[in-house]
Parts: sequence; structure tokens; C-alpha cells
Amino acid sequence: MNPLGAVLLIPLIGFFILLFLPRESKASFAVALIATLAAFFTSLTLIAPANAASGHFSSTVDRLWVDTPGLRIHLHLGVDGINLWLVILTTLLLPIAVWISQTMIKERHKNFYALLLLFEFGLIGVFSALDLFIFYVFWEVALVPMYLMVGSWGSARRGPAAVKFFVYTMLGSVLMLASIIYLYTEAGSFDYVDIMNAVNSGRVMFSPTQQMLLFLGFFAAFAVKVPIFPLHTWLPDTYTEAPVPATFLLAAVMSKMGAYGLLRYCLPLVPTGAHRCSDWIAALAITGIVYGALIALIQRNLKRLIAYSSISHLGFVVLGIFTFSQQGADGAVYQMIAHGISTGALFLLVGYLEERRGSLDIADFGGIATPAPALATVFLIALFASVGLPTLCNFIGEYLILQGAALTQFSWAAWAAIGVVLSAAYMLWMYQRTFLGKTEAATGFLDLTRRDWVPVLPLIALMIWLGSYTQSFMPPISSATSRLLEETTVNNQYRVQLTMPSAVPAAEVVDAH
Amino acid sequence: MNLWLIPFFPLIGFALNGILGRRVSKQLISVIGVGTVAASFLYVVAILLKLSPLNTAYSEHYFTWIQSGFLQVGFDLVIDRLTSVMLLVVTGVGLLIHIYSIGYMAEDSGYYRFFSFLNLFMFFMLILVLASNLLLLFVGWEGVGLSSYLLVSFYFHEDWVTNAGNKAFIVNRIGDFGFTLGILLTVVTFHTLDFGKMATAVGTMPAEVGFGTLTVLTLLLFAGATGKSAQIPLFVWLPDAMAGPTPVSALIHAATMVTAGVYMIARLSFLYDHAPVAMSFVAVVGLITAVMAATIGMAQNDIKRVFAYSTISQLGYMFLGLGVGAYSAGIFHLMTHAFFKALLFLGAGSVIHGLSGEQDLRHMGGLRKAMPITFWTLGAACLAISGFPGFSGFFSKDAILSAAYTHAPWMFWIGAITAGITAFYVFRAYFLAFFGEYRGHHHAHESPPVMTLPLIVLAVLSIGGGYINVPTWLSPAFPLSEHENVTAMVISASFGILGIIIAAIMYVFRPGLAESFKNAMGPLYTLVLNKYYVDEFYQAAIVKPLEGISRTFLWRGVDEGLIDTGLVNGLGRVVRDWGSMFRRYQSGSIRNYATLILAGSLLVIFVFILAGSTR
Repeated sequence: MNPLGAVLLIPLIGFFILLFLPRESKASFAVALIATLAAFFTSLTLIAPANAASGHFSSTVDRLWVDTPGLRIHLHLGVDGINLWLVILTTLLLPIAVWISQTMIKERHKNFYALLLLFEFGLIGVFSALDLFIFYVFWEVALVPMYLMVGSWGSARRGPAAVKFFVYTMLGSVLMLASIIYLYTEAGSFDYVDIMNAVNSGRVMFSPTQQMLLFLGFFAAFAVKVPIFPLHTWLPDTYTEAPVPATFLLAAVMSKMGAYGLLRYCLPLVPTGAHRCSDWIAALAITGIVYGALIALIQRNLKRLIAYSSISHLGFVVLGIFTFSQQGADGAVYQMIAHGISTGALFLLVGYLEERRGSLDIADFGGIATPAPALATVFLIALFASVGLPTLCNFIGEYLILQGAALTQFSWAAWAAIGVVLSAAYMLWMYQRTFLGKTEAATGFLDLTRRDWVPVLPLIALMIWLGSYTQSFMPPISSATSRLLEETTVNNQYRVQLTMPSAVPAAEVVDAH
Repeated sequence: MNLWLIPFFPLIGFALNGILGRRVSKQLISVIGVGTVAASFLYVVAILLKLSPLNTAYSEHYFTWIQSGFLQVGFDLVIDRLTSVMLLVVTGVGLLIHIYSIGYMAEDSGYYRFFSFLNLFMFFMLILVLASNLLLLFVGWEGVGLSSYLLVSFYFHEDWVTNAGNKAFIVNRIGDFGFTLGILLTVVTFHTLDFGKMATAVGTMPAEVGFGTLTVLTLLLFAGATGKSAQIPLFVWLPDAMAGPTPVSALIHAATMVTAGVYMIARLSFLYDHAPVAMSFVAVVGLITAVMAATIGMAQNDIKRVFAYSTISQLGYMFLGLGVGAYSAGIFHLMTHAFFKALLFLGAGSVIHGLSGEQDLRHMGGLRKAMPITFWTLGAACLAISGFPGFSGFFSKDAILSAAYTHAPWMFWIGAITAGITAFYVFRAYFLAFFGEYRGHHHAHESPPVMTLPLIVLAVLSIGGGYINVPTWLSPAFPLSEHENVTAMVISASFGILGIIIAAIMYVFRPGLAESFKNAMGPLYTLVLNKYYVDEFYQAAIVKPLEGISRTFLWRGVDEGLIDTGLVNGLGRVVRDWGSMFRRYQSGSIRNYATLILAGSLLVIFVFILAGSTR
């Protein structure tokens, strides 16, 4: 069986097994853990083919799913360097989410595990889909279990938060659906590869206006999901109210859906639309970087602080994509992975803090580095990774994004770099008030147990690995992004050439000079 | 040649002590912590002997760190003559301070943590020095900042200590904002970050193209240096950083890390040579910093703070040297300063150790009998920093001031007067601590040999270090200036001696004089005592407004008010209102539906008729 198909199906099989288990069955944890681990180890076999494919899709699955007159939908999946690591990030973090749900979820474990598996199924589908219709289907499949996890297992104000999250996201994705359908009516296919071929060869052509409309439809869905300022206000509420395993997944992987969509679909399919909006989007991304960081400065709740810092970090990813440069795109993909690891780890550790103290208010902590030195140390490592300290993961992505921005428009880099300064401030102030200071109030605070160490160690190892030896990860990313950027550039120039003369008659151009 | 081993040894020490330190004995921790640095030092010496005379740079490539498009950044290390000076200073002085720490930290419960962090610092500092491209240098640059943060916040139970640690890191980050932009602009300009390739590219760059860009570029990088090397306007973190253990102040905040900015500019001299405007700026900032910090140093009562301001001031001298084009003089002073300033701090540490933690000069006095070794060695350091003829500081400071004289005489005069002020406040501290009557209530005792031995070695270096002819050693890279300026030498040395004499009169022979002088100066004294209110100004002008804007305007106002309540919920409300309006028509009553259908059909017919009639 194709490994990618297996990676997609294993969580679904696990989900169905869980459905038939009795409520509160002890076996549910084992089933969930085995399924997610199996998916993870299977996903590792995707690396070698993706490395070898030099920018093309590998491990592809292509089955005709719906074939009626007027409607052809393929179950078309594949990975290249752009989504390879996102798929593996997902499969890596899911076993961790299952593991921490043992203790962080207090009731109806079986249902929660089932939703986790369904979520994984949806997410892997989103990242590996090469057919726009099934992309949309998976997009919604991933949304529903998350909505349920937030809505039923969250904290006190979970209800409004879950609704806000759902409505926000739905509004965006409906516009995307409109774009997908419009694309189908014009190109005659939902298949990404088919459409790209048609576009590359000039068989299908979109005028700049059409491109703008298509682009904005996609952009609405992706921008909400990332989120891009000012569409972000669902995020602090959702992250704060969600149970920790859900926050962990929301921040670490789900936030990458939007950025991935922007890179994969918006750039090469409708390059002129993307180029025309790039100044505005870069401005919004930079606003988000600085704005998120400034608001993080004064937060009193640990989750909310990291949530706002996430808005800031994801602004970098969007900025990188819209520099249309090799460094920016490589950096954006790298930053997606790095942010997944570092912010995921931070939320995980915040979960440990909440378990121990029953609160997320920074004011309720202080001085816990003395009774819990291991927890304080790993938190500090994750914190410095997040702050972008060289040799840890986020630095690579942030640097490449800034470099890409500097090569495209130097002032973008200058503004965005403010976020790097502020990140040190809000993170260190938070650390000081939480971990340092007088120890009286912290006596008896439990340090990391063996069970707590299990998910922490791989994350810490990855922060160092991703930050110090990028050659393990970067080559497939680079070859895929360079291909994607080439398509973007060629299609854009091609169209500009074709459409310019009709818009401005040649004679007038001569006159103007 | 395996250059990578040089930083690798301390990295091993960091990992071993960091992971196992809590479970092993202090002896083993010391063996690991000190042994790895000793290994580094010996390895450096061995390599330099083998590579001597090092006429050309020797580099090694290990692996590609980052590769994206045209941009390639390698993990490459390089040794040339400039590096060799830095390597010997960092590992040599570092080793002495590690040994000293065995005694100084003996009673501390965070012993393993201390050595682990100190080794981490050595690792990053050696990466900084050995890096052969700007990004790898930045790795070391940020890494030493991290170590500095960890070690300043070492006694993390106290808020004022952790505040100092945060301040050190955040203020440095502000400087690194500039440094980062400098790196970005370097790539935009040269498409490489490799020092060698940059130097080649600069050589072929047309002057009119390069002038503006290189000026901006070098100024951006210098912004980073003002953070790391504590120059105006970012010097404010360094005095606070004295909250860390004294060996840390000696190693990181005096001898090595804070000189990283000086090293960076010397390393990139090929850029700065093409940016005369930036060079003048560096010189002026250095000079003003030197004067400002020296005047503050006169009024401080905490022995470590006195020396901290003197560090800022001496770094100012180094930048003055660089700025007037005397790179080798700057590096020369960097080296001698590493000797005598490390000694000043370690001596101060010995005093603090002997007085069970007392740092206030007003509670010292008469210690020369109880602590003879500290007394004599610290005396050598004070003479060296004062530029007393024959001592190390005399030669290096003279090299800088001579070059300044050639560049612009007014710079020389200000520098020479500052040398006098320096001699005054250093000896003020020295006399207050060691002469007169003891004013405290501890039982003073001399430190153990493990601490005094490094003091003696450093004293020898502080006295004799001036005879190591660094400028000649560096002359292949930085040509020597032609003329020795004897007048300048005599004038600056005289100012130094004058400062010592005034200090002796005010604090040894006529102790009441200082008090009346203080009163006579009135508001001027208060201004200096309060460090020109720079911290207060930053707090009021930057920190508070930023917090206020973030909280009141952005968070409560824009985020929760405008976007969330206004737009998002407002949109929700509009949708709901429309919904409830239409809900009235979903009444379930057939009669209503029939009426509506009728009305609708009539409307459609009406529209068709209208449309038909206009055609």
C-alpha cells in the first residue's frame, strides 16, 4: 500500500475502532497511541522519496472518486518538500497530544481520543490533498473535531469561544468554496496538478480581475485560519479556553493550514492576484507581528500571552510567503515547522503548570524554578527557541524570512525585526514572574515526572536539531519552493505580457514616454 | 587541525555539568568545568605554535549550516592573527577566572549551574571569535548574550537580580535589531556573509556605489556593538549586570564578552575603512561614552559599580581607537584591559569574599593588612588602568591617544583628561577599601590560594602585558602608524599621575576633603551620583508609554473594543437582526405564505412588464 495513503487511513481506522469500544474503556488510550505512533512511523518513509523527487510530488495516490457527467473528483494525494514536514509534524505531535490527554483531560477520554484521530485524519488530508475538492472536504473535517474538543472539554467560557472559532472559520471557508467552484467551472477540473498544468501551458487563463476574485476567496479562508491581522480575534479566546491538548494542536499544526494554503494555492494558481495584493498583505503581516508582540507584553494569562505571541510569529510566515523570494518561502516553511515545535512545547509546558497549580494566571506563580528545576530548564529552552535564539529552531526560519523580506523590500524587514526585539521582552518578563523570584509560595511544586518527560524530550531534541543542522530538512523544502516560485513568476509574467497590450494600447505606451 | 575542538571542549563541560551536575560532587564539577577550559587553552596554544607565524588566515569548513537559493552559510571557522590574540585572551583569562571561581563559589548551592553556564559562555565566545562569516559570528554574539542573561540572573530569588538579567538581554536585543538589519543588508549588498568574500567584494566595489550603503551598513552593525559593548545609548544594562557573581562580572562583563563589539569592528575593518562617516561616528560615541562613564564612576559607592563604569569608559577608549583607524591599538587595549580589568574584578571579588558579601566602599577601609595579596595585586591593576608609565595600560592607552592626536587633537585632549578622571576614581575606590580605618563590622580575611593565584598571574600580566607587542603582531592586517608621539605620551601619563595624587590627597591624607568637595559641587554631584538619570529617562520615555499603548490602546481599545466587540460581534448582531427580521415571515401560517406568493408573483409580473415595455 502507498505509504501516504496508509498515513491518512491509519488514524481513520483508529477512529472507527474507538467508536466500537465501550465508553471509558481502558483500551482506548492504547488504541489511540498505537494508531498515532503507527501513522508517525509510516510517515517517516515519505522522507526518502520526497528527497529524491527534487521538487515534484512523491508517494502520490490518485484514484477517481466521483465520476459523473459534469463532476470529476479525484482522491489525489502527494507530498513534496513543502507539505512533507507538515505531514510529519502532524503525525509527530498527535501521539504527544494523546499522551498528555491521559492526565490533562478529565472525562470521556475515549471520545476525546476519537476526536483527536479524526482531527489527524482531516489534517493529514489537508496537507497532502492535491485535489481542491477533497482539500475543501478535509479542511472542514479537521474543523469539526476541533470545534467539539474546544466546546465540550474547554474551560469555563468554552461555549462562546468554540462558536466564535467555528463561525469565523466557516465564513472564510465558504468564500474559499466559492473560489474552488469558480475555478472548476473555468478550468474543468478540481485536480491541482491538472489545473497547474493547464495554467502553466496557457490552456487556461485568468484575467487579472478573475485572479483577484479567486485570490480573495482563497485568501479569506486562509487569512482567518493563520490568522492574519485583523482577523485574529478568535485566536486568543479559543487558545485560552481550549483544553491543553487541543491548544497544543491548534497552535502547533492547525495554524499551519492557512499558511500552507497561501503558499500552495494562492501563489502559483493566481500569481497576478497574489502579486497585486502582496504589499497590502505584507503590511498586514507586519502589523500582526508588531501588534501581537505588543499585546503579548501586557498579558496576565500564560495561554493568552503565548497566543498573542503566536499571532506575531505567524505574521513572519505570511510575510515570508509574500516576499516571493526563495529565502522568504524557505523560511516560511521552516518557520511553520519550528513554530509548531517551539510553540507546541510552550503550550505543553503551560499545560503542566496548569495541572499543578490549577491556574493560568501569571500572578499565581513565581519562584517555581527552585522546586522544579527541570521544568524551569526545559521551559527556558522552549522560550529561547521561540525568541529566535540562534542554534535553536525558530532562528533559521525568522532569519530567512527577514532575509527574503530585505531582498524584496528592505523596509519590510526593518519593521518586522521589531517583533524580534519585543519577543525577548514579553517572554523574559513572563519567565521572570512565573519561574523566578521568591520561593515561599512555590514549595512543594512538583517537578517533571517521568511521564511528563516523554513528550518533552523529542521536542527539545528537535529544537536543537532544526536549529543547528538544517541540511536534514532544508533540501527538499528548497527544491519544492523554488519550483513553486518559478511557476509563480512565469505565470505572472506570462499573463502580464498577454493582458497588458489589451489594457494599454501600444501606441499610448509610446506616447507616454 | 580540528579548530572545532576549541569551542567543543567547553560545550562538553556545559552538557556534562548541566545534566549530571546535581548528582556529582563539587570536586568533579570543578574538574569538568575547569578542565574543559584548560583543554581549550592548551589546544589553542598548540594550534598557534603549529600555525605560527600565521601569515595567512587558516580556515576550516565543516558543514553547510543554511542553504537557501544563492545564500549559503557554512559552519566555517578561521584563525588569523587577530583571532589568535582573542583566542589567547578568552581562553587564558577565562581559565584563570574558572580557577578563581572554585574558591569564590565554593559555598554556593548552585555550583554546578554556575560552571555549566560559564562553560556555555566560553563555547559561544569562542564561536564568536572563530566564526568566518557574519551569521556564525551572530550565533556567538547571541549565545554570549544568553549566557550573560543566565549568569546575571544567577541569584534568581531576588527581583532586582532578575530585573538586571532581563535588562541585559532586552537592551542587547535592541542593539541586535541594528545588527540583524546589518546582516540583512550585507546579504543584499554582497550576496554573501563570508568575511573573505565580503572583503574581496568591497575591493571591487566602485566608491560612489558603496559609500552610502557601506555607511548605513557599518552604522547598523555598530548599533549592535553599542548594545553588546555598552556604549551610549545602550550602556545602561552593564552596571546592573553586576548583580551576577563577581567572576561573571570579571569574565563576561569586563574581560571578554563586552569587547565583542570591538572585535567585530576590527574583524570588519575592511568595511569600516570605506565608511569614514561611520568611523567618525564610532570615535565620537566612544569618546563621549568614555567621558560620561568616567564621571559617573567618580561618585559610585559600590565597588563593583565603580569598576563597571570604568569598563564602559575603557570600552569607549577602544572604540575611539577603532574610530580613528587605529584598529591594532584598540585590540591592544582590549587585551591589556582584559588583564587589568579581570584583575580589578577578581580583586574586588576577593574583598567581597573576605567581607562576607559587603560591596559598599563606605563599609570598607584599612584592608591592606588583612588582605595583603589582594592589596598588592589590585594595586598593580589600578596602576595599569591609570596608564602609569611601564604598566600595561600605559602602552595601549598611549597607542590609542597618539592615534587620536593625529586624527584630531581635541579628541586627544578629552581622552587625556578622561585618563586623569579614570586614575582618580579607580584610586578613590582603592584607597577607600585598603587605607584608613576599617568602617565595617565583618572579620576580614585573605582569600584562599585558589583565588589569590589567579590574582598573582593577572597582576604579572597587568604589569608586563604592555610589552607584548600586539600592534606589530597585527601589522599585516592593520598597518602601524608611522610616528610615535612622545608629547602625547607624556601628557596623558601626567594626567593619570595627577589623578592618583588627587585621589591620595582626598582619601588618604585629608579624608575630610572629599565630603566638602561633594557639598561644594551640590546639584552637579547629585546628577552624577544618579548616573545622569538615564535609566529614569528610558523608563519614563520608552518603557511606560509602550506598556500604556499596548494595554489601553491596542489590547483594550483596538483588539477587544474595535475589532472584537465592534466589528466581529457587530457583524454577528447585524446578521442576527436580519435573521430575526426574516424570521417573522417563517410564521408557518399557510395564509401568510399564500399572500406572500401572490405578492411575489405580482412583483415578478410587474418587473417583466416593465422590462418588456422599455425594450
